[in-house]
Amino acid sequence: MSNTYDPVEVTPLHADQVAQAQDDAVAAIAAARDLDELKQARLTHAGDRSPIALANREIGALPPAARAEAGKRIGAARKAIGEALAARQAELEADRDARVLIEETVDVTLPWDRAPRGARHPLTTLQERIADAFIAMGYEMAEGPELEGEWFNFDALNIAPDHPARSDHDTFFVESTASGKVLRTQTSPVQIRALLSRPLPVYVISPGKVFRTDELDATHTPVFHQVEGLAVDKGLTMAHLKGTLDRFAAVMFGEGITTRFRPNYFPFTEPSAELDLRCFVCRGSSAVPGNPPCRTCKSEGWIEWGGCGMVNPRVLIACGVDPAVYSGFAFGMGIERTLMFRHNAEDMRDMVEGDIRFTLPFGMEV
Amino acid sequence: MKVPLSWLREHVDLPAVTAQEVADRLTAAGLKLEAITSHGHEIKNVVVGRVLEFEELAGFKKPIRHCLVEVGEAAPREIVCGATNFAAGDLVPVALPGAVLPGGFEIGSRKTYGRLSDGMICSEAELGVADSSPGILVLAQDTPVGADVVELLGLRDDVLELEITPDCGYALSIRGVAREAATAFGVPFRDPAAVSPPAASGEAWPASIGDPTACDRFVLRGVSGFDPGAETPLWMRVRLARAGMRSVSLAVDVTNYVMLELGQPLHAFDRSRLSGEIVVRRARQGETLETLDHVVRTLHEDDILITDDSGPISMAGTMGGLHTEISAGSTEILIEAAHFSATGIARESRRHNLVSEASKRFERGVDRELPLVASWRAVQLLAELGGATAEPGVTHAQVQVAPVTITIPADHPDRVAGMTYGREAVIRRLEQVGCTVTEGAAQTQSAAAEHGVAATGMVSTGDLADRLAVRGDDLITVTPPSWRPDLTDPNDLAEEVIRLEGYDRLPSVLPAAPAGAGLTEEQRLRRRAGRALALAGYVEVLSYPFIGARDLDDLQLGEGDPRRRMTRLVNPLSEDEPYMRTTLLPGLLKTLARNAGRGFTDVALFETGLVYRPEPDAPATAPILPVHRRPSAGELAEIERALPRQPLRVAVVLAGEFERSGWWGKGRQATWADAIEAARTIAREAGAELEIRADRHEPWHPGRCAELAVAGGGERVVVGHAGELHPRVIEAYGLPPRTAAMELELSALRPGGPVETPAVSAYPVATQDVALTVAVATPVAEVEAALREGAGELLESIRLFDVYTGPQAGEGNKSLAYTLRFRAPDRTLTAEEATAARDAAVALAAERAGAHLRGA
Repeated sequence: MSNTYDPVEVTPLHADQVAQAQDDAVAAIAAARDLDELKQARLTHAGDRSPIALANREIGALPPAARAEAGKRIGAARKAIGEALAARQAELEADRDARVLIEETVDVTLPWDRAPRGARHPLTTLQERIADAFIAMGYEMAEGPELEGEWFNFDALNIAPDHPARSDHDTFFVESTASGKVLRTQTSPVQIRALLSRPLPVYVISPGKVFRTDELDATHTPVFHQVEGLAVDKGLTMAHLKGTLDRFAAVMFGEGITTRFRPNYFPFTEPSAELDLRCFVCRGSSAVPGNPPCRTCKSEGWIEWGGCGMVNPRVLIACGVDPAVYSGFAFGMGIERTLMFRHNAEDMRDMVEGDIRFTLPFGMEV
Repeated sequence: MKVPLSWLREHVDLPAVTAQEVADRLTAAGLKLEAITSHGHEIKNVVVGRVLEFEELAGFKKPIRHCLVEVGEAAPREIVCGATNFAAGDLVPVALPGAVLPGGFEIGSRKTYGRLSDGMICSEAELGVADSSPGILVLAQDTPVGADVVELLGLRDDVLELEITPDCGYALSIRGVAREAATAFGVPFRDPAAVSPPAASGEAWPASIGDPTACDRFVLRGVSGFDPGAETPLWMRVRLARAGMRSVSLAVDVTNYVMLELGQPLHAFDRSRLSGEIVVRRARQGETLETLDHVVRTLHEDDILITDDSGPISMAGTMGGLHTEISAGSTEILIEAAHFSATGIARESRRHNLVSEASKRFERGVDRELPLVASWRAVQLLAELGGATAEPGVTHAQVQVAPVTITIPADHPDRVAGMTYGREAVIRRLEQVGCTVTEGAAQTQSAAAEHGVAATGMVSTGDLADRLAVRGDDLITVTPPSWRPDLTDPNDLAEEVIRLEGYDRLPSVLPAAPAGAGLTEEQRLRRRAGRALALAGYVEVLSYPFIGARDLDDLQLGEGDPRRRMTRLVNPLSEDEPYMRTTLLPGLLKTLARNAGRGFTDVALFETGLVYRPEPDAPATAPILPVHRRPSAGELAEIERALPRQPLRVAVVLAGEFERSGWWGKGRQATWADAIEAARTIAREAGAELEIRADRHEPWHPGRCAELAVAGGGERVVVGHAGELHPRVIEAYGLPPRTAAMELELSALRPGGPVETPAVSAYPVATQDVALTVAVATPVAEVEAALREGAGELLESIRLFDVYTGPQAGEGNKSLAYTLRFRAPDRTLTAEEATAARDAAVALAAERAGAHLRGA
């Protein structure tokens, strides 16, 4: 604030001038019909260039004796204007809320499908979910070619050319039956590749596409997906296999869901087991006579899921792993089948045809 | 394997449990239940009756008899019957009124053909014994009248159908299943093979083994005076039918019956048709044999044959020859029981596409000790049922083989299972399987290949046996029984112990896997690319990777296009699509057309998958490497060289509206630009910048095709193409007009390193707009690159906001309107600085792309 004044320049506002300015302001505020007009009134009557603001600025230039009275007078006017503004602001806002916003009402139920919607295939996301369950346990994801050397797909897995198990595989041969090349019939050749390329111990999970010469129908498809797990370490036992699969079952289907082994035969594992999953819907209750039936497990209490076993020492030998030092377990299950029972998918053809109506509901994760 | 429970109970004292309980125990032991079929449980009130007399009723379309039948009641009953294969005095099954027959078919008293019929005389089919029967069933004369037929004929039975795994050849017999059932229930087992045929005198027929790799035991026994008219008794027919085999003739039925019971396939020759010594050998070039099914088969040099002086007379273990077959008049029968090479029979069966009950068993391993016993059992039955005389001679040619022994530490099963069974339990279980267990190590560890014809064809060299050997203390030496040729390795023994102790007893212990590294960068990129495309509006499909030559024609690919170099399948699902895809587009385009055909014309699809690109100079075959050791790097490389390159590719196709029309206004059609943007979306996920150029590349529209490239190691690497499809491709695939597509090689996008954090300046922006005129043909990318370079470091961003072609741009020109934003990291830019930078940008655009500042 300036301590000097120029008595020539300064003309203190008269009381009636102040009162006039106040009256004009209050009138204009009252006359404002909406918030925009009120904003204009605020600029005109209370803004930096308004008479009352100018008067206020000049107080400092008045002779000291006049300052107190002028200040008092102008302050009262400013207060009155400010109050009028606030009151009118409140009134107009209330009015806007009550009337104007209501007039702007839209129909929020209007549809909005302007942007295209995409989705990932549930077989892809299911493979990822399964892989993630094992990656969380410390496994890594291993991969291999789909058009595979016969040695990898059969021989190294202890399935010799004349082995009865080999005829069950309905193999697609490539170029000639003697080319040594096939479309892999299982993801198990990835086991061989993992053992040949990775340092021990090996804990890998390998989802992927496999091929068998089945005709497409509701429960068969010549191109399908499996996920294969392999662990080779010192001192691994069937109890470890069971523990791993029980953990996996709980991660995928909820705490308390366990697995069951039944003896079976696979050339690449010995001992071998068929893997059943405790029904995650009825938790086995439907198998008890008298209880309500269960469509997921067909009231058997268990769902056939895949195969597993201890890696046949012959397989380890073919990969240069000494079975006297290392043992391992392996397991595998069908992704299509898992999708079928986990999501009540009834027809494999839907998974193959690519109809967007099938895939869209699955979104980004399954 | 279909196992009638009544047959099983003959050999094992099963407790009084249901068929389901038996099946559950067998399943737990590894013989998996497929189905249980119940027979005869619903049949009641069927008794034995004697036809006292009958009257032939005339005037009907077929002969009808009105019979008086004594059924053990006070008075005989009147019964009308349409069959004629019986005489007065014959004993027949009679369903009395109130009787129920298979299928819930109820019998009542009724009037028919003008007479009362107070019951029904039954045929085998009506009793559920046969699928069809020509007449009614006539029972043996000593059958008591009034007796319950169900009890008498054993019609009430349950049949367990079990899935037998390829290693369990022994379980393809009642004998094998009975042994498992006995162990499962802990009850005694009566081995039907535990008989000692009397000492023979002389040979049944001269025979020898010509090839010891084909056969290591060959047994012949004969019968004479066989009554060719003798019929198979009902009990045997019932059992055969329940086990799933058709009754043929007594001689054939007996061989089948013994095979089902013991597991030993048998073959019956008409001895009068043989000439000279029988020799078991491999086929010779050009030999042929007409088999039972009247097919003349050209034999392969590896085929195992039974031959005599006339040449081949039977294909070992697969199918007999027609000439020496048992016929309706055969009285002299020679029964063959042999032990053939499992792999030999497997190959023979596959070569000739002949799968028989015999080949199934030989392939899976038959008990080498059975031929003497099974042939004895067969001739006994032929003698008993066919009025024949069993001859005293037996031919027994064999090759000496040493038994397999396996030495393991007694705790090996414990170590495999991860629990303690204890020494005693291990030995007890192995003995239950039939093994002989002795203390200590065997003097010489013998291996499977030295033992005659190995069961599964697994070559087990001494070296391999050595590598498989399990070391440890407290060794036991195990000699598996002759019916378990599948037991060759230490882990085979562990499995026997663990499965018999019960898989349900295994503890559940989560192993501590070492810390993993998570997904690789490539694996993460694949997931990101999929998510990014799905979020951008594309729906993922997984189409079959099979294509046909027509697909490539439809894509308008030229003669020399590398995508025409494909891998062909030997046995494709369809001859129209015998190749492996070299591009993802055919599958996607067909899926798009399918969706359009189903009424979804606004579709955007993507697929991520391998394509198969054979190298022109790749070797034709991938070697089959040995399995008894790790292959060398060179050997593995030979396989890899023979395989096609299998890069991972990603592709999109889209048609119709990509942004929908709606109440908000017009939508936007999918265009070439969306396809290219899909490529950019993926490249962004890979941290790569795409360089886009115009190109001509099938199947795209020649004026609307972009080549997609990235900079890799200082070089420009083309990774794919995108744009609008060629109209001819659209027509060929039946696609909506203006369908656009993109395909790129995801494997070629190497995920970049960590993102560099940008410096964010808080100083104000200086914005400058410029309008440039360039020739229509000048690619915008060139203009932008020049502006960017010319503007220098102060340029924050550049955005093309309008493209105008029209009179004001001038003939042959287009006008490009850009917004350039400048900002300095450390100060507020002056107007002069921003203008200078803009002028520099325009100057370079003028120099490089011939751009003129509009209005200047």
